[in-house]
Amino acid sequence: MREISLPISDETIRSLHVGEPVTLTGTMITGRDAAHKWMIETFIKKTREPKGDDLQVYEELKKILNGSVIYHCGPVVSGLDTKQYKFVAAGPTTSIREEPYQADVMKHFNVKGVIGKGGMGPKTSKGCQETPGVYFHAIGGAASFIAQRVTKVLGVYKMEFGVPEAMWVIEVKDFPVVVTMDAHGASQHTAIDEGSKKVLDDLLAKPY
Amino acid sequence: MQPDLTEKIMELIRRTSSSLPPDVEKRLREAVEKEEPGSAARGAFETILKNVELARTDSTPICQDTGTPIFYVHYPEGWSTRKLREQIRGALAEATKKSFMRPNAVDAIYDKNSGNNLGGEDFPSIHFEEIDADQPLTIELMLKGGGCENVGRQYSLPDNSLGAGRDLAGVRKVALDAVQKAQGQGCAPGILGIAIGGDRGSSYAKSKEVLLSQMGTRNSDPELAKLEERLTSEANQMGIGPMGFGGKTTVLDTKITGMHRLPASYFVSVSYMCWAYRRRKMTVKGNEVEYN
Repeated sequence: MREISLPISDETIRSLHVGEPVTLTGTMITGRDAAHKWMIETFIKKTREPKGDDLQVYEELKKILNGSVIYHCGPVVSGLDTKQYKFVAAGPTTSIREEPYQADVMKHFNVKGVIGKGGMGPKTSKGCQETPGVYFHAIGGAASFIAQRVTKVLGVYKMEFGVPEAMWVIEVKDFPVVVTMDAHGASQHTAIDEGSKKVLDDLLAKPY
Repeated sequence: MQPDLTEKIMELIRRTSSSLPPDVEKRLREAVEKEEPGSAARGAFETILKNVELARTDSTPICQDTGTPIFYVHYPEGWSTRKLREQIRGALAEATKKSFMRPNAVDAIYDKNSGNNLGGEDFPSIHFEEIDADQPLTIELMLKGGGCENVGRQYSLPDNSLGAGRDLAGVRKVALDAVQKAQGQGCAPGILGIAIGGDRGSSYAKSKEVLLSQMGTRNSDPELAKLEERLTSEANQMGIGPMGFGGKTTVLDTKITGMHRLPASYFVSVSYMCWAYRRRKMTVKGNEVEYN
């Protein structure tokens, strides 16, 4: 299996194709619903005034996200009272909810990859072609297994979003994923959706 | 006097979150063998099974989305449901502190996570049912994650777009549509809980309750039993596979139940349960507590 280190170069990103299993090693950050909405409104569309530590976090995020990946994940974390954080369970969450935001976030922060589950839509696919970037599919529900690949929690931003929604900076080693959307416009999700729709239409036409 | 079951209920929560029921695991082990060696589908099942073992050994959550905790309590006549509710809530807060559960209760208006899995009167969800005084108290717990909850669907028949009328033929059509629309997003392979009838609320509630029975348990009505088998088999022809990677197993089992409805209404509610189907039961006999 191909091993990929973070940050990822454009050349490596373009060499990845749908269906390819790879492992990821390096520093990444988690971000899901609240984080995406906040990034878009505060820094990209600027429909909301920055508040509290927003601008400071923004500067940090620019460094962390540049060339790296964002992980759609709301982890179970131990050590919350002592701040000796450890990921206990950390599988992917459903990515399609970030469809309105993802491509803009990728382009703005030069994010090379998104890890999640269930795949994303045409807007993100276009974002993958333009940035360039890819969508990495992790195994949904395999939370204890994936948590073991998180070797260190380096820090956390926006704890006010709550533990699942906060942005956790983590170091991972050999994080297993499959490329299901690539920088060339291919999507395994579109292919499976179309294939299953044909079967469905045939089944619906059958008598009871 | 009624005993304090807080610690015993916390143990139920730990077991439910970290140890997949054997009947579900068995289905997953059968499913892996059907996929081609080296395929993404087989890889997904292998990772799933490694995770199931690891979570059980380490007492860590199978899935980080520890879901909506849904408790079904059958209590002997004379027990205080107010005390039981307090003990369930106390156990849940403690289990969250111990990282068996993720803090999952978010105020929808103010976007604030309560931090301890308790939120208002409705979180967690607790159903009480009184039984005879000489029967043992049982508490069943189901943890249902948000990914699979989001792909659940309710249809009001007739549904013209699917050509689904008010009969079992129509039910079959909408159920297959729900599976196709879910793709891999509910963490396929899933288990379908289907309620036919009721009002919108009772129908959805029943479509979850029907999931509590063991895998492979068929409805006692032979017509419905046949439809359960048929839906599982037809769903698996769609090739969605684990995680939507493509593959032979999209649905592990289907469970259907019928309800009474208003003459004007014909609801079909489909609850999609992810492969990480976490449900456990405790039975209290005197001072002894048994876990299944």
